[in-house]
This record gives sequence, structure tokens and C-alpha cells, in this order.
Amino acid sequence: MPKAVEHFIHTINAAVKNKKPLYIRGGNSKYFYGGQLTSQTYEILDVAAYSGIVNYEPSELIVTARAGTRLSDLEAVLSEHHQMLAFEPPHFDENATLGGCIATGLSGPRRAYTGAARDFVLGVRMLDGKGDDLHFGGQVMKNVAGYDVSRLVTGAMGTLGVLLEVSLKVLPLPSMEITLGMQMTESEAIDKMHHWASKPLPISATCFYNDHLFVRLSGAESAVHAARLKLGGEEIKQAKSFWQSIREHTHPFFHSGARLWRLSLKSSTPKLLLPGEQLLEWGGALRWLASDENLNENTIRAQAETAGGHATLFYGNKSSAQIFHPLTSYMMTLHKRLKQKFDPAGIFNPGRMYPEY
Amino acid sequence: MSRFELVSKLRSFLTRDAVLYETEDLKPYECDGLSAYRQTPMIVALPQTEEEVVKILQICHATQTPVVARGAGTGLSGGALPHDEGILLSLAKLKQILEIDPITRTARVQPGVRNLAISEAVAPYSLYYAPDPSSQIACTIGGNVAENSGGVHCLKYGLTVHNILKLRVLTMEGQAIEIGSSALDSPGYDLLALMTGSEGMLGIITEITVKLTPKPEKAQLVMAAFNDIQKAADAVANVISAGIIPAGMEMMDRITIHAVEDFLHAGYDLDAAAILLCEADGMTEEVADEIQKISTIMQDNGAIKISISRDETERLCFWAGRKAAFPAAGRVSPDYYCMDGTIPRKRLAQVLHDIETLSAEYGLRCMNVFHAGDGNLHPLILYDANQPGELEKTEAFGARILEICIEAGGTITGEHGVGIEKLDQMCLQFKSAERNLFHAIKHAFDPAGLLNPGKAIPTLHRCAELGAMHVHRGENKFPTIPRF
Repeated sequence: MPKAVEHFIHTINAAVKNKKPLYIRGGNSKYFYGGQLTSQTYEILDVAAYSGIVNYEPSELIVTARAGTRLSDLEAVLSEHHQMLAFEPPHFDENATLGGCIATGLSGPRRAYTGAARDFVLGVRMLDGKGDDLHFGGQVMKNVAGYDVSRLVTGAMGTLGVLLEVSLKVLPLPSMEITLGMQMTESEAIDKMHHWASKPLPISATCFYNDHLFVRLSGAESAVHAARLKLGGEEIKQAKSFWQSIREHTHPFFHSGARLWRLSLKSSTPKLLLPGEQLLEWGGALRWLASDENLNENTIRAQAETAGGHATLFYGNKSSAQIFHPLTSYMMTLHKRLKQKFDPAGIFNPGRMYPEY
Repeated sequence: MSRFELVSKLRSFLTRDAVLYETEDLKPYECDGLSAYRQTPMIVALPQTEEEVVKILQICHATQTPVVARGAGTGLSGGALPHDEGILLSLAKLKQILEIDPITRTARVQPGVRNLAISEAVAPYSLYYAPDPSSQIACTIGGNVAENSGGVHCLKYGLTVHNILKLRVLTMEGQAIEIGSSALDSPGYDLLALMTGSEGMLGIITEITVKLTPKPEKAQLVMAAFNDIQKAADAVANVISAGIIPAGMEMMDRITIHAVEDFLHAGYDLDAAAILLCEADGMTEEVADEIQKISTIMQDNGAIKISISRDETERLCFWAGRKAAFPAAGRVSPDYYCMDGTIPRKRLAQVLHDIETLSAEYGLRCMNVFHAGDGNLHPLILYDANQPGELEKTEAFGARILEICIEAGGTITGEHGVGIEKLDQMCLQFKSAERNLFHAIKHAFDPAGLLNPGKAIPTLHRCAELGAMHVHRGENKFPTIPRF
């Protein structure tokens, strides 16, 4: 067993003994995301140094890397072999790690068309709250042996354990990519995105902002050319940096209000009547709302629920509102029970997901 | 509680024909698609509504009666094998398609709806439900979720877990919970993933919202014959390396080719050591491109014969052989036993060679037909159950195959599930701390252990016993089913 893992186990055991929680940290690029630690005193469990690609064979479409591996390093290696993380995870910072990417479970512009982080996770190696070194899933495409713990810990905000290694399915980079821009209203854009999504077109991202719909086409040249004729619109220049600004939230929109709400909804939901600016992604299934502090949290959550989804406070003063959408009481009980099974002493990232655990 | 008391409780709200307890009525339910394991249930209940399912669960919870859920009973790992002191809960009558939304490309259905019936119902919108297990004519969507079923097209279109949005689930106490949502993600833990493939151990699914996929404009198939399995395996790797994700990529070995060709006359090359079927789908233009590239790769890897489907009839004819592999096995042998290990693709030729060696060692023939694109093997061991000792020998052979899959860095089951069949191999694939956590997860959902007891996750006791008996050699018969 590598020394680093032994050290992690030692740290976990000490935390249990001293009843002192651990804040699991990779590149510290997503500290802003999620709830604040509920404990005043905590120890940092730094996994950033536990890095490196463990196994990568392009013809298998699978990569396994340690949690501390920088996302940018991982993506650079994949791209040498004309492959990619197809869920386009946001980095938010050059220090972003694979572990943080999987623990937050965030996905970028391609998500609605190719899948989310959890869809590409094939296996994990992790430490639970007893310091046990556990493997779930594996390095194969299909695996139904045992419960799907790998996907359960994806997006769990580090509350269920310390990720050590992650195996992911990767996909080939598209040989061609263009983005079309067209002017229209939000309602027209929602209709258009649904109309096109019901056809076998190589759409890989959509974004509506400021009366403009942007549609990215990715795939074989023949497919992209053929689709372009069907869609119309103007090809936009600097498309790569545009999508990068959406993925990484460097587009000015994302910081235009005191708060940024992320509303994940049924895609066909009509234009939301909420004060503030909005930006749409994922064919209408993701609505970003830049608002001021005065907009009532409950109003937003009620609208999200009516639209079959949920709302997350993404940026903004964390003490002023709940971060993640509240769970029903039964679901909260179930969550607490699961948490207790993985982390009986409650030492991993308390409060990072919900204040209750 | 006695059978008599339970029957009378159930009859208070279920019709006479929805509560079965006479031996001859129970007979059809004593096994699923894995017929080597049989067990008569105490009672079979056939509810028609979710309300009835709730009441059944409440009664079972109050009386501590085990519940085994069943869809169409096509499962291949004995996941729906009844419990002798339990109720077999058939969900086959909950078969309504509740809602189709062509705009968001989703459908909300009850668990007893057949997989293919969904695609048929949404065909007018040029949509379909992508996962296509080979039993799709008969298998139910509820069973698909319980097993995380795959199919021929899952390399490109994903497994069940990638194609569902929301579940309505009843806990053992009869409490309804919604898991997932109409959006693309949900707050909290990913219980949707946890529930998918949980083999009826965590809850009873009463509604499923599935994602629908637009029908491709065109699909075309390349059939390539090779005189060497290694060359065929290399061709598969090279197609992927070229940046192509085929819609389907299937391989058959010599013995399968012969069995199928004798049966169907699909025009398969009888000199071939392996045949690859590689399908491209999508827009007409890209399909033409991909087919061209795939054919070149097959050629470069030494294919001795390449055929490209000229039209839909021919495409279906090429596929017919692959789809008839199981019936063909049934034709050349009185019985067959289907395995489901998955391996990293690069180990394909080696693992197939090892299987061949074992086949000679055990004196049992083995057909290999499998999803080559994702390394999911389906060795079919041919045997005759009427020959004394042959089933035991077959199981030992199968156990060895699964051990080889684990050794190759793979898994004992890619899409059929653990059920009752692969409990012993679970002891090999997972350490005790991992199995403990599985039991803990089960306990979080079903503290009394009443849902499908004894399946999917072996007891610690069972694994300990196996260790002492050196079952790694695969020499003993499966012990009896443990009870919680």
C-alpha cells in the first residue's frame, strides 16, 4: 500500500478517535460550492499530492487516475490520444482535481447530449469512515456485481468517504465542431431546442442568453455539415472560448448578480418569471439565474419544484440561504442512514451537503 | 403467520385469481430464466395497482414475510427465485404506459410494461427506448431497472442506468418515495443509480420514467469474417482507436457460427474462426463515412470476408444469426448454461483461449457469442441435465470462467446480475469490508431484510465457509440458500 494511503487511513482513524471532522480537499477549486463545514474545528485531509494516472489504454476507452490528479493534466493526456472527458467538467481553477470533480459531480455544456459525470464513472477506490480501503465497480464498461457505490459517491460532496482512484469511460474527440448562433426569443429557443433534440442530429451543447441561441454541433465532418444545413443560423467565431466561458463560468453573466442560482428543471419548462437575468443550457433543462439578495429563496424553490426539479444556491452569501434543495423528511432519513453506514463517526465533510450531516 | 392466514388477508383486497397458493398454480413461478434453480413460493400475489402493492407490503412487513419481486421472469441469474416462506410479488399486471411526452422525449410507465412495448408505443414519434436486452420482446422494464440491463447497443447508447430519469419506489413498509426527477439531476445522493441494478433488494419499483432516443436516420452493418480470433479482437480495438463508437459490435466464435448457420442459413462464413458484426447508425452521411472506415479497418486486420448490408432486410438478416445464437445452442444441445463475465477487451483472445482449454478439461462444449465492443462475454456451456453429474460439472466450469474474468481484471457479471447464481463468485470479487458495506446499504433501506433475502450479496458466513472449502477450484456444488 502506498505511504500516502497509509497516511490517509491514519488520519481517518485519528479523526474518529478525537471526534474531529475532516475536510477532504483536492485543489480547493470548488470550496465555494456546497455547504459550509458545520464544525468549527477540523483537520484538512489533503489528497492533492495523491496524483497520477494509474492506467490508461485508449482502445479500451477507460482511464483510471488517482483523485489528486489535476483535471487539466488528465485532459491533456486524453487529448494526446484524441479522447476526452465527455461530460466536460468545469475546473473553476487550474488546481482542480479529478477527486473534486467526481465528489461534486458537476458536468458542463455537453451534459444534456452525452451524459453527466455519474454516467461516465465506472469504478472507484475509496476509504470509508472506518479507514477501510474499498473498491467498487471496475475497469470495464459493464458491471452489475454489487450495488452501484461508484455512482452513489459521485456528487456526494465527500460525505461518504475519501476517493482514492476513479475509473472513467472516455470518448473520442469529435473530428469537427462548429457553433451556430441565431437570434430569437426564449420561448422560441426552448421550442427549437426540443424540436432538434428529437431528431438524430449531432448537437453537443446549447445555450440561450441575451436573445441568442447558440448550438454546438460535434462529430464526423459529414454529419456536422449535413446538420448545419438543417439548422440554419450563422457560424460564430471564437466558439471554443465561448463554450469555455460557459463551462468555467468566466462569462460575465455568471457574476452579474449578488447570487447565482442553478435551477435544474424539466427541459420544457416555459420561461421562468423570476426577477434577474437568466442563461439557459442543456436544451432548457438547466436555468441559471443571476439575482440580487432580496429575491426570496422559497419563491425560487417553489418554482423549481413546480417545474419538476430543484434549485441550488451556486454563488452568494451562504449564511443567507440553504445551498442544496431541501429533501423530504423521509429522504433525509434515508440519507442520514446511508451516511451513517459509510461514515459512522460523521467525520467526513460535515455540512458540505446538508446541515443535518 | 401461516399460509392460510396470509391468503385470507390478501384475499380481503385482491381478487381470487390474484392470490395463488395451490401447488399447481405456484408451479409456473418456481424459477425464472435460470431454470437450474427452483423453489416453490408460499404464495404468489398478482396485484394490479400500486395501492394493492402497498397493502401487500404492509402485510408482509407486519408479519415479517419475505417478498420476492418478479417481472416477466426472464432473468438469467435466479434473481426472482422464490422464497419458500415468502410471497412472490408479480408486477406483471402493472403494465400501463401512463404518459408519453414526445417533447421532452420521456415516457412514464409501470414496471410490468415490456421493454419492446415502450419502443412500439413511441414509434409514431420516431423515438425508441435504447437499451435492448436480447429478451426485450418479453422482459419488463421493472426487471430491466432491477438488473441494470444492457443489450447490443449499450456501448453507444448506455445501460438502463443511463436511460432512466425517475423512479417511484415503495419501501418494505409500503412508503412511496420518488427517486430522481424530471430534471437531469436531483438533490442529495444518487439513489437512482443505487436503485438501478439492486436486484429487488432495496425497494419495489412501481413507476419508471424512461428517456427516449430519436431513431437514427440510417443503420448499416459490416459483417467481417476472420480466420483467427486475435485478429478479430485487434480489429475491435482498432475501430475504437480510430474514434468510432459503433452502435453495436458483436462477435461469434467458430462453434457458434456453425450452430447458427445450420439453423438459420444467414450466409455466415463456415471457414471463419470468428465473425464480427459492427453496426453504424446516425445521419445518412456519417453512416456512409463510418461504414467506409470500419470496412478498411477490418480489411487491414486481415478479414477473410467482408459483407456490408445493402438494405434493411439484409441488415436484419445479418443480425438474425446473432440473435438466434441462444436458440441455436438449444438446438445443438439439450441444455445450455449462459455466463456473463466482462473483461477488459485487450484480454479477449487470452480469455477465450483459456475457456477453450477448460472446455477440453471438463469435456463440455462451449459456444462464445458476445458484446465485443464492451468486453461482455456470454459463454454458453452446452450440457445435458439428464446425464448424472453433468449440471454440477457445468456449474464448476462456469465458476472457473468467472474466476478467469476476475483474474483478467474484469467482473463476474456485466448485465445479468448476481441473483442466486453468482453468490460464491461475489466472495472472490469483493473483500469482506466491501461486502459488509453492501449489507449496510441493504440495511439502510430494508432493516428487517425482507426484500429478496439471500440474493445478490453473499453472507459473511457463506464466504467464510467457501474459503475453508477452497471453492476457488470450483469443485463443489452451490450450498443451500442462506436465510437472514
